[in-house]
Amino acid sequence: MVNETGITSSIEVEEDYERHLKDTKGVRTMVLNMGPQHPSTHGVLRLLLELDGEEILKAAPEIGYLHTGIEKEFEAKLYQQGVTLTDRIDYLAPLSNNLVYSLAAERLLGLEVPPLAQWTRVMLAEFTRLNSHLVWLGTHAIDIGAMSVFLYCFREREEILRIFEMFSGQRMMTSYFRIGGLALPPPRGWQKRVKDFVDVFDSRVDEYEELLTNNRIWTGRTKGIGYISLEDMLDMGVTGPMLRGAGLEIDVRKDAPYSSYEKFDFKVPTRKENDVYARYLIRVEEMRQSNRIIKQALEGMPSGSHQADAPGIVLPDREKMKTQMEALIYHFKIVTEGFRVPAGEVYQAVESPRGEVGCYMVSDGTQKPYRVHWRGPSFGNLQAIPRMIEGTLIADVIAALGSMDFVLGDTDR
Amino acid sequence: MIPEDLQANPEVGALSDIVTAAKFEFGELTIEVAPESILIALGRVKRDLKYERLTSVAGVDRFPAEPRFEVVYHLQSIAKKSRLRVKARVPGTNPRIESVVTVYRGADWYERETFDLFGIVFLNHPDPRRIMMPEDWEGHPLRKDYPVTGMRY
Repeated sequence: MVNETGITSSIEVEEDYERHLKDTKGVRTMVLNMGPQHPSTHGVLRLLLELDGEEILKAAPEIGYLHTGIEKEFEAKLYQQGVTLTDRIDYLAPLSNNLVYSLAAERLLGLEVPPLAQWTRVMLAEFTRLNSHLVWLGTHAIDIGAMSVFLYCFREREEILRIFEMFSGQRMMTSYFRIGGLALPPPRGWQKRVKDFVDVFDSRVDEYEELLTNNRIWTGRTKGIGYISLEDMLDMGVTGPMLRGAGLEIDVRKDAPYSSYEKFDFKVPTRKENDVYARYLIRVEEMRQSNRIIKQALEGMPSGSHQADAPGIVLPDREKMKTQMEALIYHFKIVTEGFRVPAGEVYQAVESPRGEVGCYMVSDGTQKPYRVHWRGPSFGNLQAIPRMIEGTLIADVIAALGSMDFVLGDTDR
Repeated sequence: MIPEDLQANPEVGALSDIVTAAKFEFGELTIEVAPESILIALGRVKRDLKYERLTSVAGVDRFPAEPRFEVVYHLQSIAKKSRLRVKARVPGTNPRIESVVTVYRGADWYERETFDLFGIVFLNHPDPRRIMMPEDWEGHPLRKDYPVTGMRY
């Protein structure tokens, strides 16, 4: 309260305070602004928390700080150019996003992708899951106070990024899955690189578990924290490990297999506890299962072409392009004007490390998508945050947020 | 405008009195209803057809065709392992449709996003604010008459 002289009068402050107490029925609340630059939000998320002491009465997430208009940009680019945008939506799981985009376009085109490409896609998509879960585990542990796990996780992640680089030439923005197959044939000698990794990875997961699973500080900070009922989660659009942590066996890889996932033997881990600790155990088990899938892909990798036989859609082989006129013409036409995709609409879902990523693609028969709507798993998950943290203590917010494993690029697009 | 092979479909059957069009393409069922009956339609889809989850709400701008906008709801049934698309067409002038937050609470942010990027107003929405763009932004970026580069119309 400031009077005309500019000096705050103590009487007015007193009156204001009395009025405030009356409005809030005697409860003194404080609004705390967590973020947009808070380290534990991993990106730019703003959480408005109304606090009574340490208890959260109300939480309101504010998003949109990373909105880059990717959905608008899809409409201005050719179909094959759109693949590069998908990397940048969820930058911790680029290959899952490449996959869902390619699958959606392939369904519209009616393209059949050869087995080698499908199996390589499965293998690299599982590497993406490992990559994302390792980053999640490391940063989640740092948030809660266990520093060293991060270093161990990033040791393995580095090797995964090297494998990505070997396949695609890029560590993070891979764009390796293209419409009709893969961008390049798998490199020479990839089997040894992948074998060296999968052989040791299980023991590496044991190492992380040794650091955390029975650690009393870890269990004390995570057990019984971050509860949210299964009904609420289904209602709010939560997907992925969050649902599996509440005992619901749901996984797009099993429910609607894509890219020949039905040929692989793996389990979908579930737990009943529905807290931060259960979600941690789920993700650790998922890492082991992903490793199993990679092993199977390594052993049973079919031979053949890495691209579909669709001359007007898939870029021709480099050697053919230099020796055959038709190949050169196709190359020129694809690069300059793209290819037409039959009119129609599809919704393709893929199990990304965070949950269900969906690509709703509408085509009007031209070379550019008419509309692409990206159903990012983080968007649906973040929506449920108020339900999860209202009524809990502020110290548990960090653990609860971390257990959701959201990426703000995926939320804001 | 319901094709004959879809007459016996349980999803179409449950909504037979309000369906305006239906199609089955690329292995996906699409049901179209009038915007006035969207709440009834989704209410029945959730209660009678057991589609527990609303996966997403998306807008499509068919400019310059009329009715200009499509509001597209994607639903999933975990028990039946199936998906369904429900669509309502909204006119270009004064586009508005009833919010479905009372049926699926998860529609909250998706409807805010569709309002923000397309300018479709969701009536009775509990929190009808922009979500992606700044509060004072003018225009709705995903409309087809909004330029890809440049600041304003």
